[in-house]
Amino acid sequence: MSIDEQADAPSAGVEKAPVADWATDFDHTHPDYAANAPQIWDELRSSCPVAHTERFGGMWIPTRHDDIKAIADNDNGWYTSHEVVVNDVQDQDLLPPPIGPAPPITSDPPFHADARRLLLAPFGPKEIEKLEPFARSYCHSLLDDALADLDDDQTFDAARAYSQHIPVRVIAEMLGLPPEDGDKFRTFIHHIVENPIDRDLPYEETIDYYFDVEIEKCKADPKPEGEGSLIDHLLNVEIFGEKLAHEHVRGTLILLLVAGIDTTWSAIGSSLWHLAQNPDDLARFRDDPDVRIFAVEEFLRLYAPVTMARRVAEDHELRGCPLKAGDWLLLPFPAANRDPEAFERADEFVIDRQKNRHGAFGLGIHRCLGSNLARMELAVALDVFVERIAEFELIGRNQVRFSTGQIRGPRELPIRVKSFA
Amino acid sequence: MKVTYKRELCQGHNRCYMLAPEIFDVDDEGYAVLKIEGEIPAELHDKAQLCVDNCPEYAIELTD
Repeated sequence: MSIDEQADAPSAGVEKAPVADWATDFDHTHPDYAANAPQIWDELRSSCPVAHTERFGGMWIPTRHDDIKAIADNDNGWYTSHEVVVNDVQDQDLLPPPIGPAPPITSDPPFHADARRLLLAPFGPKEIEKLEPFARSYCHSLLDDALADLDDDQTFDAARAYSQHIPVRVIAEMLGLPPEDGDKFRTFIHHIVENPIDRDLPYEETIDYYFDVEIEKCKADPKPEGEGSLIDHLLNVEIFGEKLAHEHVRGTLILLLVAGIDTTWSAIGSSLWHLAQNPDDLARFRDDPDVRIFAVEEFLRLYAPVTMARRVAEDHELRGCPLKAGDWLLLPFPAANRDPEAFERADEFVIDRQKNRHGAFGLGIHRCLGSNLARMELAVALDVFVERIAEFELIGRNQVRFSTGQIRGPRELPIRVKSFA
Repeated sequence: MKVTYKRELCQGHNRCYMLAPEIFDVDDEGYAVLKIEGEIPAELHDKAQLCVDNCPEYAIELTD
């Protein structure tokens, strides 16, 4: 099996029991969820706004915007971020709370703020803007290749030839990693995010090993602050007057790689998936550059890729449901973004939506650290796509499969080019 | 019209800075900085409203 086939095999051999009732037997890793998530959220929101499942050792699933925002805000400290990806595996070598295995996303206050501050500057909007020409030129080069290889029907897979490569290449640039390692990164991500149960790998094939090696390389060739990659930055900075522990550096690098890739790839893919089926939106997006600042946020709202998780830290009730310490709690930001109580015409794509407080990048203290990077990549990827391809359409709509798990996006995107720009 | 910005609610989404750089800047850590403490010029009223309506953390308000 090639890496691509392996990463795309649904649930890699794990048979999922059918879901009896989404309100009481919820399973976000089930293929039916991938196919129908928006309808499932809408039904739950109006009938049972906090769903439950015995799967994963017990998990609650709120679907209303106000509940999801309140949980993310965590004003009472009822939730911990120590684990944010739902899994059945008890890791033996987790960094203890409040640090967590992938700081700062798995860190709780007060450590969280200090760990996050180390990373805010390199991901600020003005720093990220400097990467835009690189991203733009890379997007063009991907389309140069894809359009040169078009088949007789003028078709190509925009997920495999375009969207999946963009965040991989840009994060590799930021971390100073070899661009040819992209396939490895996608395999790591598949194991961690899309199929977290299948973790029985030899050390040499793990992301831990990969970064242990890269960190050693950087240590052997130290760079002054400001001159190296983000790895060098993490090796240079201090927290509470001390250098970061090796596990902290590695955990953060894993976070940056994993969190930045299939999330953004999914957002780019979903946006192209929408444009390929809605010629009026495509024409407006292409012909009216002023609408794009709103359109990009509307893509992010309606097709938000990321669902996070928390663990309940203290017993309490949520809308009458008895949450117990240790229970999983899913935070489907995409469901919050479609709540009609929070958004007018919530289930429609409104290309110039003026009022859009979406939570695609999460809400509260764990707001996606890479949101400026992701937004830049999405905006540039769409700009370049419509600069090169004036009209395109989706072919084989039923063959497009959305990913299972906590990251949602199309894993294939077969399109036909109707006219070049 | 004046803009009220609650720094303690800002999580650095940067939506205001993108929509209205005339009204908001960002600091080195990506948190919003209000540039106009006093009266907002009439030509920026629409943009000020956009800042309010697109802040996911409800950190921005308008006052008369």
